[in-house]
Amino acid sequence: MKFFFFHLMPYGAVDLDAITDNSWIVFPNKHYDPKEGHKLYNRYLDELEYADQLGFDGVCVNEHHQTAYGMMPQPSVLAGALARRTENAKICVLGRALPLTSNPLGIAEEYAMIDNVTGGRLIAGFVRGIGCEYHAMMVNPGESLSRFHEAHDLIMEAWTKEGPFPFDGKYYRFQYVNLWPRPYQQPHPPVWIPSQGSSETMLWASHPDRKYVYLLTFSPTASVTKHLNTYAQQCEKYGYECKPSQLGWALPCYVAETDEIAMKEAGQHIENFFNKFLISPMQYKLPPGYSSMASYKIVVDSKYKARESYLSLESLMENGMFLCGSPETVAAKLEEHQSKMGFGNLVTMLQFGTLPHDLTKKNLQMFAEEVMPKLRHIGEGDGAAAAAE
Amino acid sequence: MAGPAPINIDVNGCNIEVLRQGSGTPLLFLHGAGGLKGWAPFLEELSQKFDVIAPSHPGFGRSDTPDWLDNLPDLAFFYCDFLEQLDLKDIHLVGHSMGGWLSAELAVMGTGRFQTLTVVSAAGLRVVGVPMGDIFMWSAEDRARKMVFDPEEGERRANEVLSDEEADIALKNMFTSSKLCWSPRFHNPDLEKRMHRIKIPTMIMWGEHDPIFPAPDYPNVWNEAIAGSELRIFSECAHSPQNERTADFLAGIDAITQGAAK
Repeated sequence: MKFFFFHLMPYGAVDLDAITDNSWIVFPNKHYDPKEGHKLYNRYLDELEYADQLGFDGVCVNEHHQTAYGMMPQPSVLAGALARRTENAKICVLGRALPLTSNPLGIAEEYAMIDNVTGGRLIAGFVRGIGCEYHAMMVNPGESLSRFHEAHDLIMEAWTKEGPFPFDGKYYRFQYVNLWPRPYQQPHPPVWIPSQGSSETMLWASHPDRKYVYLLTFSPTASVTKHLNTYAQQCEKYGYECKPSQLGWALPCYVAETDEIAMKEAGQHIENFFNKFLISPMQYKLPPGYSSMASYKIVVDSKYKARESYLSLESLMENGMFLCGSPETVAAKLEEHQSKMGFGNLVTMLQFGTLPHDLTKKNLQMFAEEVMPKLRHIGEGDGAAAAAE
Repeated sequence: MAGPAPINIDVNGCNIEVLRQGSGTPLLFLHGAGGLKGWAPFLEELSQKFDVIAPSHPGFGRSDTPDWLDNLPDLAFFYCDFLEQLDLKDIHLVGHSMGGWLSAELAVMGTGRFQTLTVVSAAGLRVVGVPMGDIFMWSAEDRARKMVFDPEEGERRANEVLSDEEADIALKNMFTSSKLCWSPRFHNPDLEKRMHRIKIPTMIMWGEHDPIFPAPDYPNVWNEAIAGSELRIFSECAHSPQNERTADFLAGIDAITQGAAK
């Protein structure tokens, strides 16, 4: 098993009472204090660097715009900061939202630079960005999927084809694609696709031309199991075996001395994460055209109509969206889930919402020293698909 | 709702649904982002005097959604073909909201097929410094409430229970509107460079309380851009003068079409 520490870098200093039903897009930026932001950025970078020292296999950042939920609209800035302050950990950008930029070659350049500086420690995440980003960045949600595919193709060609060459897409057209620098890892850095289970993404990412690492994020365990199994089965349909290293699960975790202490220390902070930082009206998250009409209806029915009430610590633990307890409890649950899900990459969000620095450090240390060693041996080698049987 | 039986018209492989009734001079009504809501009373009234043609645009209602549909000017070129195929001339062109924008795109093309233009609560032009209302940030219920001035009618619409087919069509209309109007939001920056080409008699009608394109700034811009145009702003009216102030809307149509009558 490989272990990654994922930071969302929330604006934890926010006045929680100011967030009633939304912390995205139009949540006024008067609620952002740059002095607090300065402290938080540096604190969060310390935490990511600490994870490297503790032996995590990778540290992860990601991209969100105009929100208290995450302060990384340009994640490669922070990946660049980490590049020189970490020794061994992979640096995972999970990911850049390809359709949001008018020039995806900028992303190919950024990623290639990090890969060169670190001597090949970059993991390149590609995402579409959640629906809110399309309001914030004014990119047409109806073009999200087709732009994603075309931007991806452009970046991969820029990384792998000898330049200069022309690129003639529908959205992006270049006379001379000729990337300087070329990526350090050849033919290209490992690609991860964070997803919440859309079938289109699954079919695309698992295709034999790509075989990308599929990372299921922030979902109840029942749907994580279903989607990771479906992915492994899809690989089999394509005629190859899905190894655990091709599957990942991302979720918030908290470890403390006992289950009771863990719940007491984490409770309010994880509830803030789900009920304050993540909150926005449905039409912000689901702009028309972001998904197919069929998927749109499914998401509206299953997610929004079903999940309008306050998410408590207990309900989050029950459906498995939050893993919390003693090292023994957490390790046992992870081992059980792994046997059903088949993943070989665990992406833990060990800071969430308003969780303060001291508890974050303690969480990181206990997870690294008391959970990771118990699980290192699982999720290695072959047979992710076996879990799906 | 009573009215003519829908007919289907195929233009270059794109099949659209059209409501048509009446005789005499053709009047083409181009609906807005919400789609054609059946045979409304104002269409029935208009059909007493005109050959009323009310299509559901490609991507809306029960019409096809063609692969080539990327932006609003694509729709305008589709209607060029449509009008050629039906060989319609001396048309009174009437467009509401997004359909008002579409009618202006058609009018600047110089097809020579239009005798008058009426734009109602029209999208298409942006007034710098006067933000538009953003329908994509409103919930479906809020959207229904804001579109009409009368709060009781707004509440009725907000709580309207749609059949599965109606709900699917509403979603389809929203998806296509978003595709055509997301960015630049409900306008085409190039259109204002071409507005001087509209030289036919033009009527501009607007609700004083339009929640998307605020009066008087937005209608004033249309009024200034089209030489000799007439502007009528209706009190106690939000985004749909043809429904909220039907009599005044029809009087506006009478005025512009009679003034132009050959």
